[in-house]
Amino acid sequence: MLLDVTLSLLEGFGTTLELFLLTLLFAMPLGLVISFGSMSRFAPLRWLVQTVVWVVRGSPLLLQVLIIFYGPGLLFGLPLLPRFWAALLAFVINYACYFSEIYRGGIQSVSRGQYEAGQVLGMTKGQIFFKVVLLQVIKRIIPPMGNEWITLVKDTALVRVISVYEIIWMGESYIKKGLIWPLFYTMVFYLLFNGLLTIFFGWLEKKLDYFK
Amino acid sequence: MLEVKNIRKSFGSLEVLRDVSLEVDKGDVVAILGPSGSGKTTLLRCMNFLEQADSGELVFDGEHFSFGHVSKRDMHRLRKKTAFVFQNYNLFRNKTALENVTEGLILGRKIPKAQAVTIARQALEKVGLSDREGHYPDQLSGGQQQRVAIARAIATEPEIIYFDEPTSALDPELTGEVLGVMRQLAREGMTMLVVTHELAFARGASNKVIFMEQGAVVEAGDAPSFFRQPRLARTRAFLQTLDPA
Repeated sequence: MLLDVTLSLLEGFGTTLELFLLTLLFAMPLGLVISFGSMSRFAPLRWLVQTVVWVVRGSPLLLQVLIIFYGPGLLFGLPLLPRFWAALLAFVINYACYFSEIYRGGIQSVSRGQYEAGQVLGMTKGQIFFKVVLLQVIKRIIPPMGNEWITLVKDTALVRVISVYEIIWMGESYIKKGLIWPLFYTMVFYLLFNGLLTIFFGWLEKKLDYFK
Repeated sequence: MLEVKNIRKSFGSLEVLRDVSLEVDKGDVVAILGPSGSGKTTLLRCMNFLEQADSGELVFDGEHFSFGHVSKRDMHRLRKKTAFVFQNYNLFRNKTALENVTEGLILGRKIPKAQAVTIARQALEKVGLSDREGHYPDQLSGGQQQRVAIARAIATEPEIIYFDEPTSALDPELTGEVLGVMRQLAREGMTMLVVTHELAFARGASNKVIFMEQGAVVEAGDAPSFFRQPRLARTRAFLQTLDPA
């Protein structure tokens, strides 16, 4: 029985992990693009981006998953997206918006003097950003980024609402058979994985401890 | 070598520079004095395009540039002939002392890395920090950081160095080591434009003085006569407050 449950939970956790990794893969760079938009000197672009971020951060992720899955079909008669891809799309958009605010905070916390010092040395904007500013930004966003990654791991449980079979769905299926412990067992997966993430972020923080 | 003509700059309705002109010859050490808010720092920043002035002209090595609309290329070209030392040092936080000096050489001036390191080591030696080349800014005292910043400036072999209140952020006991390095540069004939509150430095190391107030040059002249016999009562009063003796 234990082996049986373990295998089925592992299968569900595979989906969870896949969603987690793919969301990061797309949302991390997209968030950077959005953060540049929200800091743009071109006001209409800035307002547009800030409005989108407000809508996405201001409404439940659960609702966004439902809308992206059912919306295109019910509104425009389009075929439904595959469930997993609909979930992924919603997650990428949602998390990119959160990440963008973290990036913005990190970028704006680097003092203007760092840019000016680069300018007077004849460095280009790109050189200043990638050679000087970026690592300082990374150092500063590690703690909030760690929070977001851990939240993301747990948020993946939401996709059951459109019947993507992640780990809790798998665990819950045993309730019909009168078993509650598989649900507790799912918790072990979350705790172990988030424990690893915590260690990883701690290590990263230490790695960048050499400057202030 | 360098001339600023009729520079003007406003922040909104506040006029910060009203028609300021000045001239610097090769080898000059020019001290810019004046109460805070008089526009000294803004003048220096405009001269290196860290702020954009509204109008006026810059003549550098016989070439004319308009402050109001200078092209990116000209800006870049002019900056290569100059160096800037900031009040807050502005060392790159994530770079060692040595990397702070080499970065501008490698990226800004396309000097090969090995050669940049050699130049940087010489510059650090000159400011007395050879033994600190592997230190990060937060591992250095304020005075040491400012000396690294000066090394970063001289390594690019500028025709002139702008100093923006280089000792104002330092504890009194640390200003001496920075001023010492600056005096040495002055002796070696480096052209320098120094915004400062250090009267002793201005008196001892500069050959020209400009006194500014409310965005205008009030009095300018040779350092010895400026200090011996300021023409205006206002200048005398200012010198008196800085140096009540």
